Amino acid sequence: MLLNVLRRVGVFAVTVFVASLVVFFLLGVLPGDPARAQLGLQASEEQVQALREQLGVDRPLPVRYLEWIMGFFTGDMGVSYATRSPVAPQVLDALQVTLLLVLGGIGVAILIALPLGILAAVRHQRPDGTIFSGLSQLGISIPNFLAGLLLIAIFSVALGWLPSGGWQPPIAGVDFLRHIALPALALGLVNGAILARYTRAAVLEVMREDFMRTARAKGLKPASALVRHGLRNALVPVLTVTSIEFANLIIGAVVIETVFVVPGLGSTLIRAVANRDLIMIQSIVMCVVVLVLLVNLLVDLLRPVIDPRLRMPS
Amino acid sequence: MTTLPPRLPLTSGAPGSVRRPPRRRGGTPLVVAGGTLVAGVVLMALVSLVWTPQDPTATDAVNRLAAPSAQHWLGTDGLGRDIASMVLAGSRVPLLVGLGTVAVGFTIGLPIGIVAAMTDRGAGMWLMRGNDILQAFPALLLAIVLAAVFGPSTLTAVIALGLGLAPGVARVVRSGTLQVLSREYSLAARAAGRGPVYLAVRHVLPNIRGILIVQASVGFAIAILAEAALSFLGLGTPPPTASWGRMLQDGQSVLQIAPLTVLWPGAAVAVAVLGFNLLGDGLRDRFDPRMEVTR
Repeated sequence: MLLNVLRRVGVFAVTVFVASLVVFFLLGVLPGDPARAQLGLQASEEQVQALREQLGVDRPLPVRYLEWIMGFFTGDMGVSYATRSPVAPQVLDALQVTLLLVLGGIGVAILIALPLGILAAVRHQRPDGTIFSGLSQLGISIPNFLAGLLLIAIFSVALGWLPSGGWQPPIAGVDFLRHIALPALALGLVNGAILARYTRAAVLEVMREDFMRTARAKGLKPASALVRHGLRNALVPVLTVTSIEFANLIIGAVVIETVFVVPGLGSTLIRAVANRDLIMIQSIVMCVVVLVLLVNLLVDLLRPVIDPRLRMPS
Repeated sequence: MTTLPPRLPLTSGAPGSVRRPPRRRGGTPLVVAGGTLVAGVVLMALVSLVWTPQDPTATDAVNRLAAPSAQHWLGTDGLGRDIASMVLAGSRVPLLVGLGTVAVGFTIGLPIGIVAAMTDRGAGMWLMRGNDILQAFPALLLAIVLAAVFGPSTLTAVIALGLGLAPGVARVVRSGTLQVLSREYSLAARAAGRGPVYLAVRHVLPNIRGILIVQASVGFAIAILAEAALSFLGLGTPPPTASWGRMLQDGQSVLQIAPLTVLWPGAAVAVAVLGFNLLGDGLRDRFDPRMEVTR
């Protein structure tokens, strides 16, 4: 068990290392000179050279990589080329916002997916099962930013219930909830449809297992058998898909933040791309990749806790 | 002389007989529905090559945000461009991006998957580790990074989305190839001294064509969604080429006064993605009937 955990953590560390190399060297070939881009064509070569030295872009790539990666994990991500302010506080602030939004999105997705998926599995031979399949197909086909625009049109423009954009920190209480409601709903609706399909498939699979027949044979009602024996087993594939969906939600948040003008990682990344702020792009992309890998690692470690059969040495 | 009772057909349900599912010749309802939607989008793209109601790039300051009329079937956008013409012309980019993404994804993923399966314990293990690392980069994130490096363009989007699709293709192909390699005919071919290229071309590819077609259909749907998202962010197909994603971006600024401007391109994206998703699901049922029960 401990060996398995260590092995997975080792694979995670190696993957993070290789991913950091890919991120850094991919962006290291960025054409153009960030110092020249900032100072404009009117600036003299001396001024540009001075800024190059100040930004550190005149040094060899391997040296810059080592500095950047060590700084990344010690909280010093360098200075933004565009704003000349430290990158780390901006990335960490944006990360907090994105994580809140993603957690809200995954909350909405689970609230939709679990009841709908279970219901659809239990009633799979009835007409409402077909209706469910159609609805979830439609949900999967709608881009989350379109869902966001439609939600704005309905709840902000037509009904005037919720703000169409902007952000408030959690300390603002009700105002925070009013601002996160629509973006989280837009994120969660589409991913909820995907998750619901997997939940339905997992519950259907479990319902055909021998232990479910045994549970029924010893007198448990269908609902009790499902709750006491079925759901725990159906949870393993659902958890795996949720982890994949978590990664999708982080990426989905990039677009949703732009729709709702939320100051998260996504909108900061898009702004950095527009400003060609290399160091900011590197840090945000690395942050997202580490986050995705970390979630995958956690799910890998959690699966044996939920399903004892997976504790067997592979 | 005793006469044997006539043999009952296998589908009769007689005790002891095995009920076989009827062999499907035509399309399932999902394949028909998905195929119809996809054919509709392809038709739109083909028609737009030779005809659109108006010039999709022509602006008309007098007729900004006009309601649907005989001249402008779906109305006009904030710059007075004809929405119907833009929706028609906008169907070309998603199909092109879908085709390119699947081509790039398969060109990279297919050989990786087959080689990884054939050299499962040596190079194959390392190939799949590399594949796992590539999988840590979500396709849309990769596309944003490449747009930052090389500038936004359809080609950049295709390469990034193709790279994003490749790890999934490699994984599915590896699993399919491993199954084929464990079959008797593959073992017989190996025993007869056939090389890996012969095995891949003669046995693996024909037997995994089902999962390849399904993967291509799903890849198309993913690419259309991602291209729309990239264009919405301003990192996809640059103007003046019509694109559903950019129509949605333009529509957001006038959402308060003209919500219909986002409805048409939005519906077009949803229909195209729905078509490819249904087609993928239907084909999956057809090639692997076991999936139908759990879907």
